[in-house]
Amino acid sequence: MASASKNHDNLPGGIVGKTIIWVDDRFPLLENWKTHLAEYYAPKNFNFWYYFGSLALLVLVLQIVTGIFLTMNYKPDAALAFASVEYIMRDVPYGWLIRYMHSTGASMFFIVVYLHMFRGLMYGSYRKPRELIWIFGCLIYLCLMAEAFFGYLLPWGQMSYWGAQVIINLFATVPFIGEDLAVWIRGDFNVGDATLNRFFAFHVIALPLVLLGLVAAHILALHEVGSNNPDGVEIKQNKDPKTGIPLDGIPFHPYYTVKDIVGVVVFLMVFTVIVFFMPEMGGYFLEYNNFIPADPLKTPAHIAPVWYFTPFYAMLRAVPSMFGSQFPGVAVMGAATLILFALPWLDRGKVKSVRYRGPVYKAWLAAFVVSFLILGYLGVVPTTVWGQLPKGLPLLGGMDTATLVARVLTIVYFLFFILMPWYTKNDKELPVPERVTS
Amino acid sequence: MKKNLFARVAGIVLVALPLLAGAAGVDIPLDRAPVDLKNKPSLQRGAQTFVNYCLNCHQASMMRYSRLTDLGLTEQQIKENLMLASDKFGDTMTTALNPVDAKAWFGGVPPDLSVIARSRGADWLYTFLRSYYRDDKSPTGWNNRAFPAVGMPHVLHELQGTQQWQQVGERKGHDGKMEPMMKLVLTQPGALKPLEYDQMVGDLVNYLVFMGEPAAAKRTQLGVLVLMFLSVLLVFAIVLKKEYWKDVK
Repeated sequence: MASASKNHDNLPGGIVGKTIIWVDDRFPLLENWKTHLAEYYAPKNFNFWYYFGSLALLVLVLQIVTGIFLTMNYKPDAALAFASVEYIMRDVPYGWLIRYMHSTGASMFFIVVYLHMFRGLMYGSYRKPRELIWIFGCLIYLCLMAEAFFGYLLPWGQMSYWGAQVIINLFATVPFIGEDLAVWIRGDFNVGDATLNRFFAFHVIALPLVLLGLVAAHILALHEVGSNNPDGVEIKQNKDPKTGIPLDGIPFHPYYTVKDIVGVVVFLMVFTVIVFFMPEMGGYFLEYNNFIPADPLKTPAHIAPVWYFTPFYAMLRAVPSMFGSQFPGVAVMGAATLILFALPWLDRGKVKSVRYRGPVYKAWLAAFVVSFLILGYLGVVPTTVWGQLPKGLPLLGGMDTATLVARVLTIVYFLFFILMPWYTKNDKELPVPERVTS
Repeated sequence: MKKNLFARVAGIVLVALPLLAGAAGVDIPLDRAPVDLKNKPSLQRGAQTFVNYCLNCHQASMMRYSRLTDLGLTEQQIKENLMLASDKFGDTMTTALNPVDAKAWFGGVPPDLSVIARSRGADWLYTFLRSYYRDDKSPTGWNNRAFPAVGMPHVLHELQGTQQWQQVGERKGHDGKMEPMMKLVLTQPGALKPLEYDQMVGDLVNYLVFMGEPAAAKRTQLGVLVLMFLSVLLVFAIVLKKEYWKDVK
């Protein structure tokens, strides 16, 4: 057998050791354990920002497990869906807990993923040789947005219904094929039972499968090239001459497994506070209007998407319609997510981490983050929130102030990417140390 | 470990900002509803009012009578005081009102009240039920400050009496001109004194909040236990991490 070629010296004796050997002779158990955990060397200087990768994985598992239990009692039927969710909340033992964990998990997923993406942005984790990790990550993000969108229809409340109506109508703006495309997505001329059924199918099986595959690819690609770190130093360039182990690397297990447990517990405490004491999160995680059953005849006065889509929604609203079509806004919104993919090739800086970047890059990064946050706020509120510009003003007179701000910030968002090749190339960067700083 | 202050602050802002935005606006200032899910007598009185006054037209089709045991009532008490003889204990709170009739009589089907406190909010309900006034132009003879042109007549008017939306004086407006000061005035007292009526509505709203999420009391109770468990776990997690990381230089 293959055991002759495999080293099984350090295993415990008895039944445990024997079982491991039995499996390892038939499956690359120890090899994988070593490659991905015990002998995966991660930089020793990970900071606060490096918790969010493992936390995203945790939330993914939470969503899948709670989701499975929800499907046991949920009915994907326009006549029954709303009541079946309330049935889960009332009559299923601990159904309320499962449902709140799932609804809170959806929002927490985005919080964790946004922080994780920001980490990558800040420390240049998308740079060579990690471009593909970034690409997989962007695909995960897109997939996650689709997953959240499909899932949001399922409670079949007013916001579910009209939110889906609005988003699907975005596809209807595509020139020539738009109307047919929208009907094809809905499976009907309006959002209805057929839409609910197919969204259920996408939400519970199609996208989770894609998501899991992408997450596996994301991690495999990471373990192929190794993790970046807050200094942006390649630890593989300084190896111990005898062992070949990076001098600044420590085995992921046990060091980062025990460290991530601390992160997990802190995260679960925040999660617990929301789930048990404020599951609606002031109307942001569960919108008040979504406690009204879907009514195709009654359009709510104010339709706002869930908070995690609002930066893009604000961009959509900011772009004026051209030639009587809303398509330009939709195109801008799409471009705002797709431009992320180009990041590895836009950055021409010599250093990776924000720690050693010059002032121009730092200013652009700050402007980008601020733009994204303010756009997120503007996507929640009506465009009239900041009143109108004075009537006498040339060109802009009488325009909603918030719309003007959203337009400027949308431009800032895109300029961060478009101008990146220039401002990163000529920036006054600081020297990068040989080894990681602790 | 080096602390990157800029990065940390940005992270906190990224998490906190969406929470600062206000929820959907309302047109009139709302009075604060005296919601207290621990006040069982209040919830019981609210359930009584709900069954007597609301349940004739509105349903609570997702709420079971049996769940009223959470209010400290026995099956016997619920059956005798809060249910019709034809209802079974495990039934949900439905009504005999035919939707077609309802459309003809009120212009619409009265909404299901199971989760009304979650969509409207307790304060809005509390204000709404105390803001009815006489309006001869309306088909029912009633209008409401919180819900203009409301379809529902003032079902509780025997208890509250009749309010009018009246001018009670003048005040200086923003433009310096005098404008009328309007107020709801009780012109014809009902069976209850104003304070008693407010208390009754408060109990009713308290019950509606309970009915919106019957598990809420258990939820917060369990939450405290989970947090306590996690706090202990956190100590162990930190100690474990420190022990392992001793040898990382």
